[in-house]
Amino acid sequence: MVRDNQVLLQMQGIVKTFPGVRALGGVDLDVRAGEVHCLLGQNGAGKSTLIKVLAGAHQPDEGEIRWDGEAVRLTDPQAAMKLGIATIYQELDLVAGLSVADNVFLGRERSRFGLSRPASAHRATTALLERLGHPEIRPGTEVGALSAASQQMVSMARALSQDARLIVMDEPSAVLDNEEVERLFDVVRDLTADGVAVVYISHRLEEIRRIGDRITVIKDGRTVATGLPARDTPTRDVIALMTGRSIEYVFPGREDRPAPAAEPLLEVEHITVPGHVADVSFTVAPGEILGLAGLVGSGRSEVLEAVYGARRPTSGQVRVGGERLRPGDVAAAVAAGVGLAPEERKSQALLLGDPIYRNITLSSLARFARGGFLSVRGEKAAARAQTEALDLRPVDVDREVRTLSGGNQQKVVLARWLLRDCRVLLLDEPTRGVDVGARSEIYALVRALADRGVAVVVVSSEIPEVLGLADRVLVLAEGRVLADEPAGALDEHQVLDLVMQGTPTHSEDDAA
Amino acid sequence: MSTPTTQAPPTTSTATRRPAAAGFLSGPAGRNAGLVIALLILCVVGIATAGDRFASTDNLLTILRLAAVTGVVSVGMTFVIIGGGIDLSVGALVALSSVWATTLATQALAADVHWVVMVGTALLVGAVAGLVNGVVIAYGKLVAFIATLAMLAAARGLAEIIANRRTQIVQDQDFLRFFSGSPLGVPTLVWMFAVVAALGWVLLNRTTFGRRTFAVGGNAEAARLAGIRVQRHTVALYVLSGVTCGIAAVMLMARTTTGSSTHGTLLELDAIAAVVIGGTLLVGGRGTIVGTVLGVLIFTSLSNVFTLNNLSSSAQAVAKGVIIVAAVLLQQRVAAGRRQRRSPRAVPPTAAEGAPAGASPGVPAP
Ligand SMILES: Nc1ncnc2c1ncn2[C@@H]1O[C@H](COP(=O)(O)OP(=O)(O)OP(=O)(O)O)[C@@H](O)[C@H]1O
Ligand SMILES: [Mg+2]
Repeated sequence: MVRDNQVLLQMQGIVKTFPGVRALGGVDLDVRAGEVHCLLGQNGAGKSTLIKVLAGAHQPDEGEIRWDGEAVRLTDPQAAMKLGIATIYQELDLVAGLSVADNVFLGRERSRFGLSRPASAHRATTALLERLGHPEIRPGTEVGALSAASQQMVSMARALSQDARLIVMDEPSAVLDNEEVERLFDVVRDLTADGVAVVYISHRLEEIRRIGDRITVIKDGRTVATGLPARDTPTRDVIALMTGRSIEYVFPGREDRPAPAAEPLLEVEHITVPGHVADVSFTVAPGEILGLAGLVGSGRSEVLEAVYGARRPTSGQVRVGGERLRPGDVAAAVAAGVGLAPEERKSQALLLGDPIYRNITLSSLARFARGGFLSVRGEKAAARAQTEALDLRPVDVDREVRTLSGGNQQKVVLARWLLRDCRVLLLDEPTRGVDVGARSEIYALVRALADRGVAVVVVSSEIPEVLGLADRVLVLAEGRVLADEPAGALDEHQVLDLVMQGTPTHSEDDAA
Repeated sequence: MSTPTTQAPPTTSTATRRPAAAGFLSGPAGRNAGLVIALLILCVVGIATAGDRFASTDNLLTILRLAAVTGVVSVGMTFVIIGGGIDLSVGALVALSSVWATTLATQALAADVHWVVMVGTALLVGAVAGLVNGVVIAYGKLVAFIATLAMLAAARGLAEIIANRRTQIVQDQDFLRFFSGSPLGVPTLVWMFAVVAALGWVLLNRTTFGRRTFAVGGNAEAARLAGIRVQRHTVALYVLSGVTCGIAAVMLMARTTTGSSTHGTLLELDAIAAVVIGGTLLVGGRGTIVGTVLGVLIFTSLSNVFTLNNLSSSAQAVAKGVIIVAAVLLQQRVAAGRRQRRSPRAVPPTAAEGAPAGASPGVPAP
């Protein structure tokens, strides 16, 4: 597998400080040509910061970077690209208003005599996307109109187009479904066979077992272990290294849950959103967790959005506690006690420049207001309680959300809806980018909410998560319900089979 | 596999600390401190070049009285801009409100009832025009720039039609007496500005309305999905701006004893400039009332100093333009400086905190 054993990259004693935060306190990493080197660590451990240093996007305060044995300084992203380092950032960094091809060649536009050559860029982009198994993404499409998964593919195409010797992927699988992850792995295997090195970050240990060669574990900005064999290191050990304690990666028990009340709390009847959702009906009882499984583009998110009023169904209706919701009216849904933690935290949920507490209380402002006047102290206290429950770091609720790690930003989104005593809670990929330890805490919290009588709907691309967390599972394909079964009656393979057979061809769809 | 070459200080990695001096200048309070310093420098220049003519109580009150009208409009503008919009129609709305409130019919009614009728008319005209702006922008989905540009043209045209291109004299002596008074030695107009600014501050910083304004301007989609009625809120912001135009119209009617379709010409530029100098981001989501008030004061003092030094109004206009650019450049410098201070040598982790800048790439450590 590892064809070339020579060390390509060496980072030593990397230190990076942000105001008030030492994000990296001495990290070592060495990557060999042709290997897949996995970076593991809890949310906020410093993985993304490290790769930004490697990409030339951040300047380290201390430490040394050697490339092919020679000390280098990566003063800006161009310098890193020139060496042959391509980076796929955790937060997608595409220009929404530009076309796919323009994004792929952004900064390296193809030109002849100063004139751009769109045709050649389009051809090259098509070839790259084909290689990634996504020929349906057209090079001329505006990137903003693509789904998150397709955007991820565009980022990937951009990295491939650079003929890099090292490709860094920061949680690339977070927005991909199983099939797409498979294709990503095929591409990664191709690359490594050609001697390209890959640095791979993911919170999903199964993936690391399958694709990784060696593991480096980072904890609180330091390397705590490096060069671990990716296949044979026991999960227990890896988690203990990451968290400093041993955590069972488990779902809360389902047995002691009270039998669902006869009266459903959420009733969805025959909703249709053209192109996305076709005549979907289901009910959720108080205390019940319903899981929605399906491929990306199967209409899962659109179902949630239609229920929430963020999308207007052309037919059908939604009732909460027997009351009919006005279609296409988010504020009415919120008033009726419905909450949605959306899929794309950056564009759909967060005020990045605002402090943590303001983001958490945004949907519950009325609770902290008397006659329209806000009690900031009350807000902060409530926010603090949430951040503690979710183990969100940093604990300082005055910190700008922008400065949080990806997983911690996700926790802020969740905290907003946990704070707002919802009757119906819709969670779209609630654990995207969240580390192993915090995941089990989120599962426990969601279960506890359900036990208090909340009706919960969870969408997740991770089938084990849907099966483990939910009481009942709805399998969707191309906007249709294929199965509605108790979670106990299904296993992962059955769900996978259903999901696959329902979709003979993978259809591209936009999240606009 | 520990680090052989570098020693790592024993600070805990994610400890956060109270804002210290280093982070101060980057916080809103610090930015405002910068504006205060600018204002002080301006005063020093004024005293140095114009001596007692500048540093007299009379002149001070003149500055404040002139600042008052722009100031009231700027407060409304601050809300609109923080909420992610822009209102180019403010000057025209001031003109329209002043003309409508001084028509013969309105004045006759005021004579019969009370001069409050005139004030009410001005506010109502401003509010309705703001409502039109807001509805067109929020529900008609027109870009704010275009919608309010259209309103600028239309409102001034309507004002000319109503006034028939004549200046209308305010007849009501009680009205003039009330607004030309000086309770506690400070002109009523200045009091009005103070009250509007104070109310604006409270509304922006202490109420759900203010918080939602930041949210709508910061990320409209996130605000919508958080359950905020974004369209309704946007309308409210333009109505608010329209009402401040109505107030400003009343103030101008009192100061000039006229209603005229030429009132408030280019007021939108002064207001936007003051808001931007005050540190409010034109893209929305960030801003302060205190900054806006300081921006207005700086702008007006500047004109005053120029006038006292006999600079022509054309020269003043050029200088204003230069200063707007300089102010914005300075703000960007401050932002860049914040990024630079991320280097540990400049700020040891024990002293560093405060509002970190955006996640933009850092500047190379020296
Ligand atoms: N621009 C910034 N300003 C201030 N602090 C920052 C900034 N960027 C990151 N940090 C802090 O640095 C630490 C490491 O963040 P980083 O994004 O590297 O974590 P991560 O390991 O990638 O986590 P995740 O798994 O959640 O993505 C966090 O405490 C974070 O809050
Ligand atoms: Mg990260």
